[in-house]
Amino acid sequence: MSQTVSAAPNIVPMRAPVDADTVLTVRHLKTEFTLRTGVLKAVDDVSFDLRRGKTLCIVGESGSGKSVTARSILRIVPEPGKMTGGEVILHRPDGDVRIHELDPRSSAIRAIRGADISMIFQEPMSSLSPVHTIGFQIEESLILHTDLDKSARRKRIIELLERVEIPDPEQTIDRYPFEYSGGMRQRAMIAMALACNPKVLIADEPTTALDVTTQAEILDLIQELQDEFGMAVMFITHDMGVVAEIADEVAVMHQGRHVESGSVEDIFHAPREDYTKMLIGSAVRLEQPSPIKLRMQAEREKQPEGQPILSVRAMNKVFGATGTVFGRKGQGVHAVRDVSIDLMQGETLGIVGESGSGKTTLGRCLMRMHEPTSGEVLYRGRDGEVDVMSLDRRSLKDLYADMRMIFQDPYASLNPRMTVQQIIAEPLRNRQGHGNAAAIRDRVADLLVRVGLKPEHMERYPHAFSGGQRQRIGIARALAPNPKIIVADEATSALDVSLRSQILDLLLEFQEQLDLSFIFISHDISTVRYFCDRVAVMYRGEIVELGAARAVCDTPSHAYTKALLSAVPRPDPTQRGIHKRHRYVASASDERASQ
Amino acid sequence: MSAMTDPPTGAAALPDDVVSIADARGAEVAGQWRLMWWKFRQHKLAMASGIVVLLLYLVAIFAEFLAPVDPNAFNPRYTYAPPQDLRMSFVDESGDRHWGLHVNGYRSEIDRETFRRTFVLDDDDRIAVGFFVRSDPYLLAGFIPASVKLVGPKEAGQPFYVLGADRLGRDMLSRVIHGARVSLSIGLVGVFLSLFLGVVLGGISGYYGGWIDTVIQRLIEFIRSIPTIPLWMGLAAAIPLTLHPLMVYLIITAIVSLVGWTDLGREVRGRFLSIKDEDFVAAARLDGASEGRIILRHMTPSFLSHIIATVTLAIPTMILAETALSFLGIGLRPPVVSWGVLLQEAQNVRSVVTAPWLMWPGAAVVIAVLSFNFLGDGLRDAADPYAT
Repeated sequence: MSQTVSAAPNIVPMRAPVDADTVLTVRHLKTEFTLRTGVLKAVDDVSFDLRRGKTLCIVGESGSGKSVTARSILRIVPEPGKMTGGEVILHRPDGDVRIHELDPRSSAIRAIRGADISMIFQEPMSSLSPVHTIGFQIEESLILHTDLDKSARRKRIIELLERVEIPDPEQTIDRYPFEYSGGMRQRAMIAMALACNPKVLIADEPTTALDVTTQAEILDLIQELQDEFGMAVMFITHDMGVVAEIADEVAVMHQGRHVESGSVEDIFHAPREDYTKMLIGSAVRLEQPSPIKLRMQAEREKQPEGQPILSVRAMNKVFGATGTVFGRKGQGVHAVRDVSIDLMQGETLGIVGESGSGKTTLGRCLMRMHEPTSGEVLYRGRDGEVDVMSLDRRSLKDLYADMRMIFQDPYASLNPRMTVQQIIAEPLRNRQGHGNAAAIRDRVADLLVRVGLKPEHMERYPHAFSGGQRQRIGIARALAPNPKIIVADEATSALDVSLRSQILDLLLEFQEQLDLSFIFISHDISTVRYFCDRVAVMYRGEIVELGAARAVCDTPSHAYTKALLSAVPRPDPTQRGIHKRHRYVASASDERASQ
Repeated sequence: MSAMTDPPTGAAALPDDVVSIADARGAEVAGQWRLMWWKFRQHKLAMASGIVVLLLYLVAIFAEFLAPVDPNAFNPRYTYAPPQDLRMSFVDESGDRHWGLHVNGYRSEIDRETFRRTFVLDDDDRIAVGFFVRSDPYLLAGFIPASVKLVGPKEAGQPFYVLGADRLGRDMLSRVIHGARVSLSIGLVGVFLSLFLGVVLGGISGYYGGWIDTVIQRLIEFIRSIPTIPLWMGLAAAIPLTLHPLMVYLIITAIVSLVGWTDLGREVRGRFLSIKDEDFVAAARLDGASEGRIILRHMTPSFLSHIIATVTLAIPTMILAETALSFLGIGLRPPVVSWGVLLQEAQNVRSVVTAPWLMWPGAAVVIAVLSFNFLGDGLRDAADPYAT
């Protein structure tokens, strides 16, 4: 019986007999937040079992209550949240512990936290203390839960660090978190979580903040450790690809409710609920180029290739290479190295790469938001060729009407103190002056309708909108002055997967209607495949591969691209393969170049 | 989260039930000031303090009307007269109760050994007290001619010392009320001067950064390292004695704020630094907004509320500075009436022992400073309604 999980209380009796492998039983869990505006049911009647050696993936979009579920199990729900009902039972060889009856501050629950059940958090930067060494932080749980002496503890920590594949554990044990990379920090977190051989490991989006190649390593590691120690893993994620890659069982959550659960094959191949179908559908949809894109590409092939609308030649950007007060010349970081690209009229050029690859810097240099160290940008606009690098402040304003940007974070990029109308009207107002207020108002109303919002929304402030709606406002602002080129910097990364394809479709519609050209910066291969005509792959500031999106995504030629693509988990449990992925080891010359 | 449902893509047709904008008066259309007000309202202590501050300023504005007598009117018959109790009724010899607001008059007794004159309240001597009594004509708030006082003895010239009298027989209540005017207003001059300097220099420092930031920050550090009390004392000595005492104090406040702007300057610099890298500021730049517009329209509203809160917290510091300087004799001097000047009278132990009511201005200072601090705390908490 692989499916004991169910939301319906009449199917699973309150005290269903549990088989020997079950280590944690959650029944009808309810957690509520009492807010000024009412009671928010963050978790509403959720039930599942965790089994030895098996992985349960809890999947859902933002706000679905998956993190609160995990925190409720450990009784660390933040104020003003409160567990109001249900049972959480930990099955230990020496008897069951009814966690839901324990006081959240009692020593009994503290004895369980970190020993029987441990947790890994999403943000490896903020979940480690910056002022203590990694060794000290791991040692803490050993001091609390074991009676090992000091030298035995140190030995154990070195063992653990070795086990999570941290190089040179004898030295790195005494290092501070800032000396670790993001992936190493997450490994250290895992080592900390495993210090006392827990029976249950709760991983709350442990790879979301990491690059795909690092994510693949961490997923591998968790899998290996699970095989070795046989703990039950509860893995929280919003990424259907990760679910397909690692899950044995899946529980889908939506708005605090438990929608559906079952084995990973059942969920992916025979989902019962509409919400599950929609989630999987959105993920699978992004595995293929968009139908609109294919149609547009067919159109374009009939027409002769024109001149590129934007040409970048030999662009370099070095940060911080200036001399200091004390005369020592800093080496600087070579963020963009010798990049040359062309963007055709009506084309979408994707720029993919991992964090630190220089893709965002490249986008910002194109817009002169950063001043490039050297290089040339040529824009062929309405009034002939423009040398972007030689523009002064005033003529840069004119360029900014033709070249627009869509930002990643829909929360930070809209001024919370301006109404939607003021935000969208800003580029119009700065160009046309304040005179024709009525015309601007009409234009804003028109733009709002075009991005799928209502004209009467214009008096509202950004806080009245959800993330997806805010991104639509950002798009309306970008479209306001009738641009030719839009630089979209991770425009869909902050959105849930179901919204992602909606926003991409919206952008494609505008591209078709307005003959827009896009530079689409992303770390997400699937959105690039869905949305782009051509792709440039960046690695350490350089473009390592440039070609048609399909060719690059399906038959990559550069070793780095291969490694990157094979690390991307596919939303199909039958195609598990990131543990068989290509690994790219930078050659010695690359290493030197990056110094 | 039900708000997560997005409308369908593409050009949606206008719905029939178009809600008029005037109807939508919820949180969606609430600007930052309204959100701040909602948040501030929950802070009960700050609300109460805000009301107290408001009342204090009303007292300062209508001082002539509220004070029973002229603060400088002296009466040698009543030096160090103790406070009288306001009474609602009295019982006469026959045991009947008579209603009517009154205070008791004084009977002086001479101590046979020390020949010191002391006052005792005379229960038989009743001075009727009334509201809206006639008085000598005066100018209310400096320009409205009036001749009515809120409260006073019905018969002019009768002793009326609810908070006692000082060594020249001047009414403490009237002096505390008039002192509020100077104490609560003169600090504002200093605060606004520091505000101006702080916002301009801190803003330049934070927005432009680089060498100019370094210069301004080192200047701030230098200014903050100057010991202030000796500086003030030296400056007070340097100001010509022929100037009006109020003018002297204004000059000193200006000097105090030349030191005091540094705190605000750092605050503003910090705000600029944190906001200048926000995406919405980058977006404004890409929208073609000029530097002036970016600063005034896009950035300033984000920290205006913080500055108001900081200013509210700076006012009590100024009030305390005035009190301290005047107490030391280097701030305001008589005949100007301020709380600090009044407290000078309470400098020696002997007068405090014999006339503890001379400490009343101190209570006024405590109330004003606490109210401003609570109000400032509440404002600071409410200042960023978008922080989670």
